[in-house]
Amino acid sequence: MTLAEEKQITAPTPRVITTKPRTSDKIFRAVIFTGALSSLVILAAIAIFLGLRGFEILAREGLSFITGYEWYSSINSDGTAGEDPSVYGIGAMLIGTIITALIAVAIGVPISIAAALYLNFYAPNAIRGFLVGVIDLMAAFPSILFGLWGFNVLMPSGEYWAKLLHKYLGWIPLFDVSTPFFSRSPFIAGLVLAIMIIPIVTSIAREVFSQTPLDRIQAAYALGATKWTMIRAVVLPFGYSGVVGGAMLGLGRAMGETVAVFTVLNIIFQANFQILLGAGGNVASLIILKFGEASAEEIKALMAAGLMLFLLTLVVNMLADLLVSRTVKQGR
Amino acid sequence: MSTATLSYPKPQKPWRPKQRDLIPTYLGILVVFLGTWALVEFTGFAGKLGAFASAVICTTLVSTFLAGRSRGKQAAKNAAVASIITSLALLAMFPVISILGTVLVRGTKGLYVGFFTTDMGLASVNDPLNVGGILHAIIGTFIMIIIATLISVPLGISTAIYLTEIRGPGSRLIRFLVQAMSGVPSIVAGLFIYSAIISGSGRGFNGLWGALALAILMLPTVARTAEEVLLLIAEDLREAGLALGATQWRTVAMVVVPAAKSGLITAMILGIARIAGETAPLLFTTGGGDETNLNPVDGVMGSIPFAIWKALISGSAESNARAWASILVLLALVMILFFSARRLGKARR
Repeated sequence: MTLAEEKQITAPTPRVITTKPRTSDKIFRAVIFTGALSSLVILAAIAIFLGLRGFEILAREGLSFITGYEWYSSINSDGTAGEDPSVYGIGAMLIGTIITALIAVAIGVPISIAAALYLNFYAPNAIRGFLVGVIDLMAAFPSILFGLWGFNVLMPSGEYWAKLLHKYLGWIPLFDVSTPFFSRSPFIAGLVLAIMIIPIVTSIAREVFSQTPLDRIQAAYALGATKWTMIRAVVLPFGYSGVVGGAMLGLGRAMGETVAVFTVLNIIFQANFQILLGAGGNVASLIILKFGEASAEEIKALMAAGLMLFLLTLVVNMLADLLVSRTVKQGR
Repeated sequence: MSTATLSYPKPQKPWRPKQRDLIPTYLGILVVFLGTWALVEFTGFAGKLGAFASAVICTTLVSTFLAGRSRGKQAAKNAAVASIITSLALLAMFPVISILGTVLVRGTKGLYVGFFTTDMGLASVNDPLNVGGILHAIIGTFIMIIIATLISVPLGISTAIYLTEIRGPGSRLIRFLVQAMSGVPSIVAGLFIYSAIISGSGRGFNGLWGALALAILMLPTVARTAEEVLLLIAEDLREAGLALGATQWRTVAMVVVPAAKSGLITAMILGIARIAGETAPLLFTTGGGDETNLNPVDGVMGSIPFAIWKALISGSAESNARAWASILVLLALVMILFFSARRLGKARR
């Protein structure tokens, strides 16, 4: 029986089959998981450090940090405390941030929706790619470019339009001004922000609209719909919550924008609801404005203001993300 | 066999409009021109935007009227909406044209050869335009971009690999957090680095802190783009790797990542384009020096956005010209990055 003998000699021991990951895989997964946790760690660290540094001011001012309109640091130039107590309140700045961001959304979102509809349903194929490229390029423009351009180019013509609005629509309280000073107003800051959020809102609206089920579009046409009735009956209802999410994402961007707003906004520490008047507020601009010559205590107040801005934009962004992802998933 | 001459009927194209039918269209165009001129001349709609607005109003009215006259109410509505949507889409393109034009026209005035070879160490922003340059800023920007890339690309790609390859616990949460992180205002990133590292510690401003702040802003862009790219890799490739007995680590490192290489480079470039022009975080972290500084861990470091910022707030005519020249350089950098990312993206598909 030579065959059996041979087999006994050469048969290899079978590999142990297991579902357990190898050591190399364990290391790989651990390393990748650590890397993936970075976003969680960074977000938590931002909240913790800003909260830690700003805690003293937040605890002292309490709720009036958010509702108060006064920002007064009573530290003298030689570092000693002044006679009046320091007061830190970002109420006016918060209101200003929300007003400018809302103006930006009110102007930018309709334009973005129209642009997205045009790119998806109206644009000739030959120029569609080019136009999408132009919008994407605009998203890559640095914010200081918008600041410089907004200050030098947009502000003069923005002032002209503000005067026109005031002249013909001044009877609406929103467009009224108490003194005829139209330069560096929330309206102009809102215009700059509107231009800055157009690319992101357009690209989200475009993505949401392109998820519209084709059979529904064709069904609408088959029933004799014109292009517009098709859009109104199929595309807009389908994309509604996604577009709202995109608008909120734009709102978040507009709230956190710093440099571009700083160059075109006159910062005044009072609540101003006359959007054409050259007096406004913005939390991010406040931080830039005060940071240069701030005392140690005022820096802490600025950190607290930064924390408020962070939390505000985080909440807006998370809501926006939920709305967008819901629509996009629904289409697939 | 006789040769039959075949006569083809001449194509009639009955759908093609006759000259007579086009008369209303020609008249309509004429009315649009006249109406636009009248609005600009006699109302407050002055300037380029005013002319555009008047043209939009006239075009909308005329096309609505024409469509309504020949095809009824629904067609009129359709035509009105089409012309409004088209003009709003055009309006969205206006700023790009204006920005590019202004930067080109004003930026070239401040440029001279020395602009790229000298720094502002011995010059002030208000000096004449043939003194000083932004060499320090260009070097600083590049150093900070390199450091930020070295930090955020490995982290961003690990995040993407975790989300697409490992698909472990918490994937949804991490995807959500990355999305939320992409909305963090740039000023907050700067303030965070300031509060965590610089404030109260006695450490000074330097380029490394600036790069850390930029890395925070770059991370979500890289992670999201890389995730999209990895999702495009066919599942067959992964299964083939595993079927050959490779461990997951070998499959990812030798099959998936090489297959997605150009896409991952695109992700990196888009991340760099995102941070190249960031100003706010650098204001809190780098100190914005005027002299060329090659050492990121010692002393203040300039950067192009910071140089623009300094020139902008100084406010004289020379500094304004300098700001425009610097922004021309910055814009050129961003556009090179943008177009190379697009080229790579096109080559992939």
